[in-house]
Amino acid sequence: MLDVKGGDEQSFELLLQRYRTPVVNFLFRMVKSREQAEDLAQEVFIRVYRAREEYVPTAKFTTWLFRIATNLALNSLRDHRHQKLEMSIDAPLTADSDEGDERPFEVADKHPTIEQELVENERKKMIRRAIEKLPEKQRVAVLLHKYQELDYAEIAKILSCSESALKSLLFRAYEVLRVELAPLVARHGAK
Amino acid sequence: MSCERMESRILAYVDGRLKDSERAEAEKHFAACAICRVRVNEFRSVSDLLGELPMVEPTPAFDVRVRARVAAEPVKQSWWAWMRPSPRIAFAASMLLLAMLWIGYRTQPVAPLPISPEEADASMMQDISVMEDHDTLANFEPLKELPPPVEATADSADDNDQQM
Repeated sequence: MLDVKGGDEQSFELLLQRYRTPVVNFLFRMVKSREQAEDLAQEVFIRVYRAREEYVPTAKFTTWLFRIATNLALNSLRDHRHQKLEMSIDAPLTADSDEGDERPFEVADKHPTIEQELVENERKKMIRRAIEKLPEKQRVAVLLHKYQELDYAEIAKILSCSESALKSLLFRAYEVLRVELAPLVARHGAK
Repeated sequence: MSCERMESRILAYVDGRLKDSERAEAEKHFAACAICRVRVNEFRSVSDLLGELPMVEPTPAFDVRVRARVAAEPVKQSWWAWMRPSPRIAFAASMLLLAMLWIGYRTQPVAPLPISPEEADASMMQDISVMEDHDTLANFEPLKELPPPVEATADSADDNDQQM
């Protein structure tokens, strides 16, 4: 990032290549729409580019990056909540409106039977829904902890809380997930 | 260690993020507490299940759009940007400075040598002695043509005294 700050355009390209997938995935799990996630991810990288001259390496770059991504995701969710409230309750809902548009990117088994595929899809849908049911802050904590593998100190900085508060937040999130995923957890535990 | 205190450590234990001493302490508690032992196993299952979700790859259009937006960003010139080193400007400036110094040196007027006040007085006194040299003055041709000096009267001398 310091090279980008120095005006090196090649370094920004490297930054983009390195962090595009983690940022898009994080945003996708937050906002549930791939298109929206990519729009927000674009905004994240543009903000990084714009702020390059003011960048001061007081924290890890990933902390700064995911803080921008988290703020954008939370603002977007807030905006969409307002939009949904304004929408008519008579608006028709599509059958899979809550699935997101993840399916085209799922890596399928080599030769699964239709039944296996259905079971697998149902399982993933259940996991996705469990994550989506988490309160926003808990969801951010779980996504950054599980998928981005950030350490507690980094996540605490992103969420502007203490490390002990974050540990408590993650514990509560895993308790919710444990209940939501109880049938899968029981099967997984029996293996 | 109490179950309540274990809450803040249980996930770190599942992730393997505890220090050796903390892990040993936690394992000691799990050996004695069935509830926490079950919880550890269930949290581990939850963590494994979360790991089953596939990663999504950004579309190729994503990179194109980010690059286009970066290219469209206005170039920000900082206030000191004009001070950035430019070889051409530096060369031109140094040549100009050298030329000014050379011209200044060539056209500088030759200043008279400084004379001390004593020397100046001595020079002036020399001139006065020449002027007071009566022989020289008596033979000075233009002075001979002047009318002879008038004798001062007593009245005019008094007037002069009063004016003084």
